Amino acid sequence: MDLLTSILAIAVFAGASLVYASVGEILTERSGILNLGVEGMMIMGAVTAFAAAVASGNAVVGVVVGGLVGGMLALVHAFLTITLRADQVVSGLALTLAGGGLASFLGQRLGPGGAPLVGMVGPRFRAITIPGLSDIPVIGPAFFDQDALVYLLFLVVPLAWFLLARTRPGLYLRAVGENPQTADAMGIDVFQVRYLYTFVGGVMAGVAGAHLSLAYTPGWTENLTGGRGWIAVALVIFATWDPRKAVAGALLFGGVNAIQFRLQAEGTTIPASLLNMMPYILTIVVLVVITRFESIRKKVGAPAALGLPYNREERT
Amino acid sequence: MNLPYRVTLEKRLDAPRIVVWLVPVVSILVALAFGAIVLAVAGADPLEAYGQILTGAFGSLTAWLDGEFYAVSETVVRTVPLILTGLAVAVAFRMRFWNIGAEGQLVFGGVFAAWVALFLPGVIPGIPQTLWVYLPLMAVVAVAGGAIWALIPAFLKAYLDVDEIITTIMLNFVAILTYQYLFTGPWKDPEGQGFPGSALFPEFTWLPRLTGRVTLGLVLALAAAVVVWLIFDHTKLGYEIALMGENPEAARYAGVNRAGIIIVVMVLSGGLAGLAGFTETAGISHRLQQGLAIGNGFTGIIVAWVAKLRPGWIVVVAFLLSALFVGGDQLQISMGLPASIGAFFQGMILLFILGGDVFTRYRVKVARRPAAVAVEG
Amino acid sequence: MTDTAPIAVALRGITKTFPGVLANDDVDLEVRRGEIHALLGENGAGKSTLMSVLTGLYQPDRGQILIGDETGSLRPVTIVSPRDAIGLGIGMVHQHFKLVPTQTVAENIILGMDGVPFVLDMGSVEADVAALSERFRMPVPVSAFIWQISVGEQQRVEILKALYRGAEILILDEPTAVLTPQEAAEVAATLRALAGEGKAIIFISHKLDEVMTVADRVTVLRKGRNVATVDVGATDKHRLAELMVGREVATTIDKDDGAIGPVVLRIDGVVARNDRGIVALKDLTLEVRAGEILGIAGVAGNGQRELTEVATGLRRVEQGTVTVDGEDLTNRPPVRFIDAGVSHVPSDRLGRGLAGNLPLADNMAMKAYRRPPIAAGPMLRRDRMRAFAGDLIERFNVDTPGPDTPARNLSGGNQQKAILAREITAGTWARERGRRPVLIAAYPTRGLDVGAIEDVRRHLIEQRSGGTAVLLISEELDELMMMSDRIAVLHGGEVMGVVAPAETTIEELGLMMAGEMRR
Repeated sequence: MDLLTSILAIAVFAGASLVYASVGEILTERSGILNLGVEGMMIMGAVTAFAAAVASGNAVVGVVVGGLVGGMLALVHAFLTITLRADQVVSGLALTLAGGGLASFLGQRLGPGGAPLVGMVGPRFRAITIPGLSDIPVIGPAFFDQDALVYLLFLVVPLAWFLLARTRPGLYLRAVGENPQTADAMGIDVFQVRYLYTFVGGVMAGVAGAHLSLAYTPGWTENLTGGRGWIAVALVIFATWDPRKAVAGALLFGGVNAIQFRLQAEGTTIPASLLNMMPYILTIVVLVVITRFESIRKKVGAPAALGLPYNREERT
Repeated sequence: MNLPYRVTLEKRLDAPRIVVWLVPVVSILVALAFGAIVLAVAGADPLEAYGQILTGAFGSLTAWLDGEFYAVSETVVRTVPLILTGLAVAVAFRMRFWNIGAEGQLVFGGVFAAWVALFLPGVIPGIPQTLWVYLPLMAVVAVAGGAIWALIPAFLKAYLDVDEIITTIMLNFVAILTYQYLFTGPWKDPEGQGFPGSALFPEFTWLPRLTGRVTLGLVLALAAAVVVWLIFDHTKLGYEIALMGENPEAARYAGVNRAGIIIVVMVLSGGLAGLAGFTETAGISHRLQQGLAIGNGFTGIIVAWVAKLRPGWIVVVAFLLSALFVGGDQLQISMGLPASIGAFFQGMILLFILGGDVFTRYRVKVARRPAAVAVEG
Repeated sequence: MTDTAPIAVALRGITKTFPGVLANDDVDLEVRRGEIHALLGENGAGKSTLMSVLTGLYQPDRGQILIGDETGSLRPVTIVSPRDAIGLGIGMVHQHFKLVPTQTVAENIILGMDGVPFVLDMGSVEADVAALSERFRMPVPVSAFIWQISVGEQQRVEILKALYRGAEILILDEPTAVLTPQEAAEVAATLRALAGEGKAIIFISHKLDEVMTVADRVTVLRKGRNVATVDVGATDKHRLAELMVGREVATTIDKDDGAIGPVVLRIDGVVARNDRGIVALKDLTLEVRAGEILGIAGVAGNGQRELTEVATGLRRVEQGTVTVDGEDLTNRPPVRFIDAGVSHVPSDRLGRGLAGNLPLADNMAMKAYRRPPIAAGPMLRRDRMRAFAGDLIERFNVDTPGPDTPARNLSGGNQQKAILAREITAGTWARERGRRPVLIAAYPTRGLDVGAIEDVRRHLIEQRSGGTAVLLISEELDELMMMSDRIAVLHGGEVMGVVAPAETTIEELGLMMAGEMRR
């Protein structure tokens, strides 16, 4: 494998969890709900997915459990912000704080017989080489020598885009996020739509965590997500709420990870802590550039009702 | 979806005093009850666990009778940085500037203070090496460190309108990695025999102790609470912060300089967090080492929100949450429960406080659905 | 006429309360097929609430809704959601259009409709909509985005949306408020045609002339109660006005000739963009003199908002200058405009004029907190702030439990009085400093009841007579004709002409508002 191919391959591998989390958050935010609990849902997804995989001996069971746990946490956020109309920013933060604490607690308890999960080896998703396609120069080994969860994305991302742009539920989802008063007046159940896509976003964040603990790392360590949930939130802005562009952003961040690996593998003298800063600094830089660009284009991406509670009978 | 009853929320024009008081108390109790279930599921006796937390945080009656107040004093030690980060978050949140970066700002304050303690005597030997000169100097430099780190998101928001939630979070990671790099790399104690940490600070940079491990930092934190209260309630700045927070468009209309006030508020917010970095390094660790970034910046968010951004309440809530931490450490020792249970409880408390708040803001009505007169066709 | 036509819908004894407000009190209403039935009442009389009950947006506390078939036999129905209402053939055109700006006309029309396939086929929807718009002679660009089309077109989309769903009962809330007089006449013709096809039309309005020319029957609401239902032919404007307000209404206002002074506010060749980055003011030039009211007429969205913002420093100017009393303030921050004596009653009370959750005292001090006695160096004297607010509350008759009440809890009229009190007081400080004050009032009477409207108008006239340069923006041409010394007409961000009320007519203003005439 040449250098470019290997970097691209790691970029895809490292970017997969970001794509899951950010596409999920795009769907949530398109309904007008800002869920800053991605990091918390992701890390809970990671720990429960790994625990379930170890317990059942089956990685697929792990993904299902991780996704459901992510979705359930998202429902907590949905209940607080949609039904009880709590502040969306603070509720999301609370979810991340509680999720982080609970995950490290569970990480010390959920192993067989209540043992800690740290250091344990469990089932994992391994790369499956797709014959033929993987022989394509450069992109072949990068895209078609990956694990099943990466391949699932080849389906999930186009479907998410198609749902948003070309289907009735997508039309309703966009209407709810842009103008819930109108959607409600037209007979669309604003609560139901918001609950549904908040849940879907949570499931995808949980699966993102599962990819980390069942394929990327694999295994469980404290603080496994390391801020990837937050990078996913930033990617939503980068992607201007379009699932297709989230892929490009995730590859960019995955690429940074890949370069980091390469440099370390080649015995660079740059200290590890400085290398590890790269994705975070890149997030800020990308956000600044995109915000500038968006302000020139007058922000057509952000759902107009993002972050605002909706109550039909409230008079202001 | 078709339950026979319909729950509707009606906005309150005015919440009765009793509701305002009762709701947070009940919310916390419900959170603790919920926590008890989690403990039970985890195989621990919840009552015993809560008992352990209480004695761990406040000590026991027999210990008190022996004049032994170690537990309480440890809780107070943990309270100091939480008051400061709680205030830091409250200043920013009152303007609805979502500064999630108190953690990184605290770390930068600590790093700046450490530089003064470790290197200034060598760089400018002429400065009198006494407490009275060095402590104020370190405090000011630590405040500057936190403020500088907070100014990055402040400028990005004020002039480029870049989302501050993401930038402050990302800067936390960068700050923590920078500080880890320093004490494991260039600032590492050459005589530390592989121990990751800087050299011990000279003694003239140590915050004097009041009792136990409680230092002058407590006085600093309480003074900061008074200052923030004064700013909120009795200055033009406080008025402008509240106006910006409630309605930025109205604030602009009233002639408030948006960029200017964002910068002032973040200097204040980052400075308070930086001060916490000072009390922790100069008061507790006396060197730069692992343990400065233990989540005080994030707990500050919980402190500030549970205290409804009010400085007086921040002091009280910081003490209570600190008790949960210190008591949680006790759980780890005596019952073998992971200490992270404390962080989980705090997140839970915030979630329940958030949910409970609905009863303060709304009147919750349960009404029978209208009898199902058939809508044919 | 329609006396014998079958009843399409009947509301019986509808009661609806909001916290602190009895919006509908035992209201009855009957509408027949083929009839245009006006629902007349002041702002806050309960018209919109009643219609929201009929369309399932609100649940009534008490009362019954009955729907009639072709023979007129009635059956009770329960409408718990807009979907139920649509299913019963009830369609509503809201005053604030229920349209998603980032979606196309066709997408908006099928939004929430039954029978839309999972995978959208916009091509066939667009063809259907085009056919429907042809049949009812309501042209709309089917594949354009809502934000790209004019207000008149948006309203046609709203009506088509209801018809596309097979509406037999069509409710229109203040349909002419945002239109030129000529466009309003077109809408009236459309409604007449729809009634001719047997549809029942409910037409909400507070404009007497309109009700008299468009409607067959009229129901008058006052303070949430039905005070009368009469045939239009059997009543007159004067009688309706009395029913609506409950007393005699002044239709003129006392105004002396005044002494018009030098130019105070000068906007010269200004070019500015709106929030979407589109040029909203094109080489606009206006002068307002001391002691005059310059009225601004125009259909909403033709640059009024940007004009007020440019004149108060809230929006950047790309070209041209803004001068106040000889001082060039172009692109200076808002606080400089405040210092120069520019006061501003904004169009959006809770959006810009007030911080709703803060106490009234804080809100009334928005222009006073920088100066003694409320300010003392960097400190703020809370006691003096309360005293200042208490004084204004008394002098301007603001009805509130006290200065500590959140501004949001006040009625619209009292919120407006509080804003006026604050802005007028700021003007007097300017006068003390030897400056000529400017007062910019954007839609100051919108959404207020008659008593509050009279108060607001009186204050504006008083300011004018005291030598203030007043810029009054309104969508009520009657108000502009009554109040203004001169009227400037805005269209597409340009001034189509400046005329004296005595030398023009509503029709002429309408043509200028439509951009079809310059003077």
